[in-house]
Amino acid sequence: MAYLPDEVPGPRPTADDNVFWDYCQRRELRFQRCAACGRFRHPPAPVCPQCRSLESEWVRAPETGVVFSFTIVHHPAHPAVSAVTPYNVVIVDFPECDHARLVSNLVDAPAEEIGIGMPVVLVWETAGNGRVVPRFKKKGD
Amino acid sequence: MADATRQACIVGVGETPYTRWGRMAERGEWSLACEAVLNAVADAGLAIEQIDGLASFSDDATVPWLMQHALGLPRLGFASMVWGGGGSGACGAVAHAAAAVEAGQAQFVAVFRSLCQRPGHRYGQAGGFGGLPHLNFMAPFGMFSPPIMIAPLVQRYVHEFNAKPEHFGEVALVCRDNAQRNPRAVMRGRPLTMADYLNSRIIASPLRLFDCCQENDGACALIVTTMERARDLRKKPVRILAAAQGGNPGWGDGALGSHNMPIAEYGAGNGKALAIRLFERAGVTPADVDAVQIYDHFTGLVLMTLENFGFCGRGEAGPFVADGNIRWPDGRLPLNTSGGHLSEAYIHGLNLVVEGARQLRGESTSQVRDAEICLVTAGASASPFSAALLGV
Repeated sequence: MAYLPDEVPGPRPTADDNVFWDYCQRRELRFQRCAACGRFRHPPAPVCPQCRSLESEWVRAPETGVVFSFTIVHHPAHPAVSAVTPYNVVIVDFPECDHARLVSNLVDAPAEEIGIGMPVVLVWETAGNGRVVPRFKKKGD
Repeated sequence: MADATRQACIVGVGETPYTRWGRMAERGEWSLACEAVLNAVADAGLAIEQIDGLASFSDDATVPWLMQHALGLPRLGFASMVWGGGGSGACGAVAHAAAAVEAGQAQFVAVFRSLCQRPGHRYGQAGGFGGLPHLNFMAPFGMFSPPIMIAPLVQRYVHEFNAKPEHFGEVALVCRDNAQRNPRAVMRGRPLTMADYLNSRIIASPLRLFDCCQENDGACALIVTTMERARDLRKKPVRILAAAQGGNPGWGDGALGSHNMPIAEYGAGNGKALAIRLFERAGVTPADVDAVQIYDHFTGLVLMTLENFGFCGRGEAGPFVADGNIRWPDGRLPLNTSGGHLSEAYIHGLNLVVEGARQLRGESTSQVRDAEICLVTAGASASPFSAALLGV
């Protein structure tokens, strides 16, 4: 069972981000990187903000990231989560990828164990609409 | 400004009653917008026919032709919409109005914002921000609403600077206290103690209920013209010393998106570059400011904004507010003297501009003695956000 209920809206890829989500569907976390200057960027964008090249490539991210910040959500702002509060939302940082960050969840950590700087490992879950999404677990599990 | 007679100023302010969300939904935003503009026009001593420009922000539903139709505007020649969700564009709309009158595009511009937060369109619920382009990187992970988007910034701020709950609580208490003197404030008659604050429920840690602004129905408006045209009007004009939009490099979708802003700015709220430019344009410094109306969607961003605008050093806003600096009437820098979004109403920042103008006219219900310069900020955490320095 996924960390959040199936009723939570899954990603609906657009022309701007479908490459990212199509890699996720194959359980590959890849970030966009400028083919000219090598700078990572996320969310995906058509131009490199550093050198303005239009050329990019998609590079496999490490399996391990770091909790950059987080919140424990107690108030259900969407009916889909009213039965699962409190739940966590974590911001996972990838220092090797120019600090590209993902908003995600830690699937196995009680709220009191979550802290800034905590190393986490990628896991894959499937959202209610069938889209595969990147989530994380404590490192060492 | 080379020619002081052409400098932009605020000559009228007005609003509808403010209520808890949903109370005026049946009346609707169009009707509220019209009432607010008519009240601002009457306050200025103008005839409605003289309004030839409209400016709003945040994709306000009351589009210009609705206003032209309802108000019978015979000479509408300027209409401006500032991009951006939430209230990041409130002072941006003021800036556009000021630019329009200074350039001669219009003579009297009504800046307005009207809000009815219906079910499905409440800012505190999923769907209130349905149009965010990067929702795919947020909603599937339960990041649905502004408190959840902002909480990680405040968490990071607490981590970096050891800020205490009482620091955030002081902002909530100051706003609530000021609201007790303001008949327009929705939270008038409901005083708040630090114990109430600390015992309030967690919305999204570390944000408690009273760290979060209200959701309201209501509208407000102000009239912008030049100093020359203001001479014959009813009220003392409030000069727009500077009004600007801005954001730091790399902020991108920021907190209302995928949280990929630069690390040094993450817990700072995207204000430094705008602050520097605004003070330069106005030719004043933070030490010259007598009162502030700081966009208080969340208490944590008030602390970050005080730092970004140079009223205290980075990480020092907690002790700064705890020392009584933002308290009316004796603090060095009375803050949100109408009660702000936390306790007057959340009209997306424009009611903060209205209060800034009232302060400088000497009409505030928490009047700062001899106030000559007031800073208003609008929507830290979005980009571009905006701010204005008002003066008399």
